[in-house]
Amino acid sequence: MASKKFLYINRRPPHGSIYAHESLEVVLIGAAFEQDVTLAFIDDGVYQLMQNQDTGGVGLKNFAPTFRALGDYDVNQIYVEQESLELRGLSKDDLIPLTYEDEDDDWAEKDSIHVVSSAELADIIEQQDVILNF
Amino acid sequence: MSVLHIVNKSPYERHSLDTCLRLAKPDSAILLIEDGIYAVQQNSATSSKMQQALSNHPVYALQPDLEARGVNPDNMIDGISLVDYDGFVKLTTEYDRLQSWL
Amino acid sequence: MAIELEGKSYETDEEGYLVNLSDWNDQLANEMAKADGAVLDENHWEVINFLRDYYEEYQIAPAVRVLTKAVGKKLGKDKGTSKYLYELFPYGPAKQACKYAGLPKPTGCV
Repeated sequence: MASKKFLYINRRPPHGSIYAHESLEVVLIGAAFEQDVTLAFIDDGVYQLMQNQDTGGVGLKNFAPTFRALGDYDVNQIYVEQESLELRGLSKDDLIPLTYEDEDDDWAEKDSIHVVSSAELADIIEQQDVILNF
Repeated sequence: MSVLHIVNKSPYERHSLDTCLRLAKPDSAILLIEDGIYAVQQNSATSSKMQQALSNHPVYALQPDLEARGVNPDNMIDGISLVDYDGFVKLTTEYDRLQSWL
Repeated sequence: MAIELEGKSYETDEEGYLVNLSDWNDQLANEMAKADGAVLDENHWEVINFLRDYYEEYQIAPAVRVLTKAVGKKLGKDKGTSKYLYELFPYGPAKQACKYAGLPKPTGCV
């Protein structure tokens, strides 16, 4: 089976609805099929990657740590739109650091998150075979 | 009659906050909960309208909802007060009416 | 469904996975293995404890491919093979070991 390029677009905040968590589950399930997976975080979706989320007080499952497992699942192309961060008074430093070990580069640890402009993200969207929205 | 206005939607996803601020009278208070708390962030697109709101109303935000979302109180607009669940309940008893902008 | 152990009842789903993560203890793991006709030795425990640590850190049970890779890294290359893990857990390493570890069925379990 030829590998297709899958893009998951995430535009919702993490805890107000089930979308964010469902998206992550689908990504993990999809990753088992060894497709070429890219994630994009746009609009309120950028909040999903916020550091120091602690859901103990609201009685919800905290799935933020699961993002750190994405590298093990070979999901390492993660794009965050710069404009969405700026509008919310955020920068890359506010996000969970996500890394992966590059098999083709002696397992060097590399950043999975790339903050990109809208124009760059538009190009990334155009390169995909399949786009899934959450 | 004083009203406690509650906003639980992200200011970037819905117009709930704008509508609330437009219709809240000066003697009323505003409480941000759930995704509504994203409006507390300083240096953001919502900070100027929140600063303006603070000159007319007391503004509260529910602390457990900030924690769940990783929003650091240090990055909160000055003048917003954090409340816990007990504080939330207390607020609801101090005002004559509750208005939830769902 | 439920597992009865020493006068206490532990709720499980229809496939025998614990409903409450916090119910888990060593004895319960042994009991679940016994029901499958298995006896847990130190090699089983190594993987079970690994899975519990993995869940604690990432809040998911890893898919078998990820488990294999991670076990190899943590417990040694000779153990990071599906052959080794399937010998220990013939019903599928992720599925069966997760059950004994008291974790939910792995996400993306195939």
